[in-house]
Amino acid sequence: MTSTATHEVSTIPHGPLDVVRHSWVLAKRSLIKTWRTPEGLIDVTLSPIMFTLLFTYIFGGAIAGSTSDYLPLLVTGLIGQNIAFASVGIGIQLKADMEKGIFDRFRALPISRIAPLFGAALGDVVRGLLLIAVMLGTGYALGYRIETDPVKFVAGCALAILFAMCLAWAPMLVGLIARTERAVQGIVFMTLFPLTFASNAFVPTESMPGWLAAFANANPLSHLVLALRALWNDPAAGPVMSNNGDWVGPVTWTLVWCGIFVVVFAPLAIRAYNRRA
Amino acid sequence: MSTDIAVEADGLVKSFKDTKALKGVSFQVPRGKVLGVLGPNGAGKTTAVRILATLLRPDAGRATVAGFDVATQPREVRKRVGLTGQQYASIDEELTGRENLRMIGELLNMRSATAKARAAELLEWFDLTDAADRNAKTYSGGMRRRLDLAASLTGHPEIVFLDEPTTGLDPAKREDMWDVVRDIVGRGTSVLLTTQYLEEADALADDIVVINHGEVIAHDTSENLKRVVGSQTLRVRPADAARGGDVKEILLGLGADGATIGEPRPGEFAIPVTDDAALGHAVARLAQAHIEVTELSLLLPSLDEVFFTLTGERSKPAAAEASEEASA
Repeated sequence: MTSTATHEVSTIPHGPLDVVRHSWVLAKRSLIKTWRTPEGLIDVTLSPIMFTLLFTYIFGGAIAGSTSDYLPLLVTGLIGQNIAFASVGIGIQLKADMEKGIFDRFRALPISRIAPLFGAALGDVVRGLLLIAVMLGTGYALGYRIETDPVKFVAGCALAILFAMCLAWAPMLVGLIARTERAVQGIVFMTLFPLTFASNAFVPTESMPGWLAAFANANPLSHLVLALRALWNDPAAGPVMSNNGDWVGPVTWTLVWCGIFVVVFAPLAIRAYNRRA
Repeated sequence: MSTDIAVEADGLVKSFKDTKALKGVSFQVPRGKVLGVLGPNGAGKTTAVRILATLLRPDAGRATVAGFDVATQPREVRKRVGLTGQQYASIDEELTGRENLRMIGELLNMRSATAKARAAELLEWFDLTDAADRNAKTYSGGMRRRLDLAASLTGHPEIVFLDEPTTGLDPAKREDMWDVVRDIVGRGTSVLLTTQYLEEADALADDIVVINHGEVIAHDTSENLKRVVGSQTLRVRPADAARGGDVKEILLGLGADGATIGEPRPGEFAIPVTDDAALGHAVARLAQAHIEVTELSLLLPSLDEVFFTLTGERSKPAAAEASEEASA
């Protein structure tokens, strides 16, 4: 039996930092699960290795003339693509969580409504970092090299992770409104395929018809991939990675897209979360 | 708003698409007391609880919990309430019992060490210490219920909502759960309990609200309700069928005035009684007469009988199995 009425529990007063703390507690929950079921990491480990090998040797010669010339394009392109693909997992996980009733517990607790969603995105940072490490490791084994300095390298990693966390709100919204996990997967992949292939991730956009090139050049993923190429493989690129020293370059555009994802999808996702009976 | 009222529901209305789940439900839970909300599946019990726990918004009506309005001050309500659901165990099955409780503690702003200590304390209380570091997925139904209840008590809530806490548990586990509920009440917590079993409401609740089809059809103390719906039944089966006559004689002496003896099954005799002590007297008199019995029980009216008495209609078949026995 426990002691009666020990209500002077040592608690931290509620305040504006609650959201951060609660999100972190919930991110830890995701991490524990990731740790327990490492096979859930296949999409950010084995899959990217397979993609790298396939694309390098199948398309390398045809697209860039040789596999070694293709690698600087491909490694950054694949990081962009796989970061986008990995976001499917967040949507599916969220859908699965909603089914299980643990989210009812969260909703009945005095925590911010955003915390369970933000915590899910935060927990995915580890997956994103792992993905980048695996991609770069595979790339290095095949001959890819970072050609700039460590600061720009870290900046590139940070930008990719930020992009992943902001993009995640879209599949989370799908996870909250779709009726089955299968539907989440279908909807998100259907959107991601054109987004990843109609981009500069694998081929230069110059070879595409005008309308498609226009789409590909405006594509958020193209901006991320360009930003990574500028940060990692273009020592001459300027402050925000445009070649003419402008402040408006691919890094700027990537950040703008990150902002757009959050502004558009986060409120919709939170609303869908609150609505769910 | 009186501070003596822990929970007040006032004219709650809620519809889902074409079904009216609640048609104006009102009740109160006095501070430190247990209110039993009794009704069959689909009566609207869970809907009412979810509204009070701020998980659903009512279409009309008003509710306060610990003096705070559930619609306008949900956060204040959530700080003071623990919720244990029925259809869903509100725990994370992929985490261990201990991890679940620590997570809830930390989400309630406990410091890490406090959350850890509280988790250990609750695991001990709910007899889960041995299973504490196993994934909740491996827990039995009863263990999940206990973990779920432990999770809702983590933050020392003033008020606890127990939505059918024993549905699906076997009788022994049910009694354990009742002891836990009594323990919670003993600490001054107010409890709103929903159940399909009159016996459970009778055992735990100070007051009982009976709801059916989204409406309150009775609101009374357990004693009065039993008086309304009819008395308990004393049932005896003598080992030797030849002693049937003697048994009848004893039962007639214990039965309510003017009560007649029924024979629900061949060789088994039953009589309505009003006195709770009737079972004890029966044991004494049967022993005195040297009559061995193979069955001796005191039965409460089933939920079905309660509804028949109150509404004149038979409740849904889902609730019909709710005939409960208080075996001697």
